Amino acid sequence: MYLKLSNNVLVLEGVFTKENVPSAEKELSKLLKSSIQEQVTMIDLGGIESLDSAGVSFLDEVHQHFGQKSGILLFRGAKSEVQAVIDTFTTINLPIVAANREMGTFEQLGHNAIAFYYSMIEALTLASEIFYYSAVGLFNAKSRRKGSTIQQAALLGSQALPIVALLSFIIGFILSLQSGVQLKNFGAGVFLADLLAITMVREMGPLITSIIVAGRSGSAIASEIATMQVTEELDALRMMSLHPIRFVVVPKFHAITFVMPILVMFSILVAEIGGGLIALVLLDTSMETFIDRSIEIISIKDIIISFGKSIWFAWVIVIVGSYYGFQVKGGAEGVGRATTAAVVSSIFAVILFDAVFSLLYL
Amino acid sequence: MKKEELFSGKPIIEVKGLVAKYDELTILDGISVDIYPGEITVILGGSGCGKTTLLKNMLRLYEPAAGSVKFWGDEILDMGENEFYAVLKRTGMLFQNGALLNSIPVYDNVSIPLEMHTDLSTKVIDRIIRVKLHLVGLGHAIYKFPSELSGGMKKRASLARALALDPEILFCDEPSAGLDPVTSESLDNLILNLKHQLKMTIVIVTHELASIHRIADKIIFLDDGKMLFYGNLQAAKQAGIEPIDHFFEVGRF
Repeated sequence: MYLKLSNNVLVLEGVFTKENVPSAEKELSKLLKSSIQEQVTMIDLGGIESLDSAGVSFLDEVHQHFGQKSGILLFRGAKSEVQAVIDTFTTINLPIVAANREMGTFEQLGHNAIAFYYSMIEALTLASEIFYYSAVGLFNAKSRRKGSTIQQAALLGSQALPIVALLSFIIGFILSLQSGVQLKNFGAGVFLADLLAITMVREMGPLITSIIVAGRSGSAIASEIATMQVTEELDALRMMSLHPIRFVVVPKFHAITFVMPILVMFSILVAEIGGGLIALVLLDTSMETFIDRSIEIISIKDIIISFGKSIWFAWVIVIVGSYYGFQVKGGAEGVGRATTAAVVSSIFAVILFDAVFSLLYL
Repeated sequence: MKKEELFSGKPIIEVKGLVAKYDELTILDGISVDIYPGEITVILGGSGCGKTTLLKNMLRLYEPAAGSVKFWGDEILDMGENEFYAVLKRTGMLFQNGALLNSIPVYDNVSIPLEMHTDLSTKVIDRIIRVKLHLVGLGHAIYKFPSELSGGMKKRASLARALALDPEILFCDEPSAGLDPVTSESLDNLILNLKHQLKMTIVIVTHELASIHRIADKIIFLDDGKMLFYGNLQAAKQAGIEPIDHFFEVGRF
């Protein structure tokens, strides 16, 4: 028993620590259900042996419940060491701090719309700055560090080759397998070369490569810039009179503009090899015929569209990655959020622009 | 802290022959020290002498290469996970950079140990959180996220979290570093208050001479991984040990 009523005095006895307070709370709630609470005018703390902050918070709860009912409530008899702990941890006179108000549905919608509007302005401003400094950087060797573009080309391009090759081969193989079976049924197996070449050059080559680069390099760009932001490296660059976009983003922009068409070309070639294997084994088409028909069906316009798309997608990946990197707030948590958002948004943007290109150049 | 433990004269932490290594590099070489209940023990020494390493090895945040560490007479280096967690529940740690969980507000950071390790009601937990944050001077910032706090505020929020369960032993890694003198003094007063009101045992790593003079009952002086001195501050100053004399001489103001 922790609580006892005797002649309008509520007597508290025992040890009131975080281990015992839950039992005392149960006794308190039983007391509150009865009608005796209005009789209590005094609380005797003389029986308290020891207590911690949980015990003091419990006393404050007791004070709040009985004080509200009886109007006048006195505490008495606490030992000096008990009183000292009460004085340290009491919450009675603490100011109330209101929790942040949650927004309603429409308020939230409006808030998100305004935030989206401003983020689009910021993204477009960033894009224009990247284009400007990239153009300036082309003609001004002083504006970039020696070797930084080559280094970025290796990071963003050559290191992505194995994964681009592997996935492109598998996709070429699967596309040819699925469509080859159908074409064979109609005796049109020889057209597999046409189908695969058009699909890979105009659509799948740039798209698959861009998605891989967005996942691999877009996340790397966002996390690198976000980390630099969090660790004040970007501020340090500014203090050295170096524009962060010029110093950090432009080499990536130049490098990806150069390596993306190469990656796409490589992806198309490897996918053709995967498709050629199916043509050879499943459709009994000779490799020579397969290559001839593939070259024949592809026009210069298709190749220009393919490379144009791939360069555009590359720019989207760098701009989106940089945008989220510069927008980071908080510490390591913020870097993780920025990276995830950059990958999701750049893949979304790449697919969206691909749809636009497909509509424009059917 | 039970009275019988406090006045038993037995050490609350016993460290014997502690050796700490990073790969082949020896950081601490045979540290032996007894820490007594209700005392504030300050670990001090130059940068890189192994102060934080000693603290983290005492708590098995780094596994010691050799030696023995006993809490309340029980060897913690041989303990299983559950048994060791039971020991950790009776301790609190203020980390050098706060180490708050960044994805949740300060209020939730302090509430986690209370929710996970006690059966207290939400109302009582709410009162404990508010009073602990008020004690460290963050009563106005309870719903803020760690990213919205300054370095000193993060440190104080971390102290509130360390105090959530009223630990019997509190470990603090550089609590005053980076704080202004007024905040630093109020933090020292809080530490002294915890010692006096709750009979808390406190182990602190610090460089701040003003803090050391205000709060230290005992000091452990480390130099190049070795313990040069363990005892009270006056005795340390009179011991005639060159690195200690130099430390206090250079830091005098």
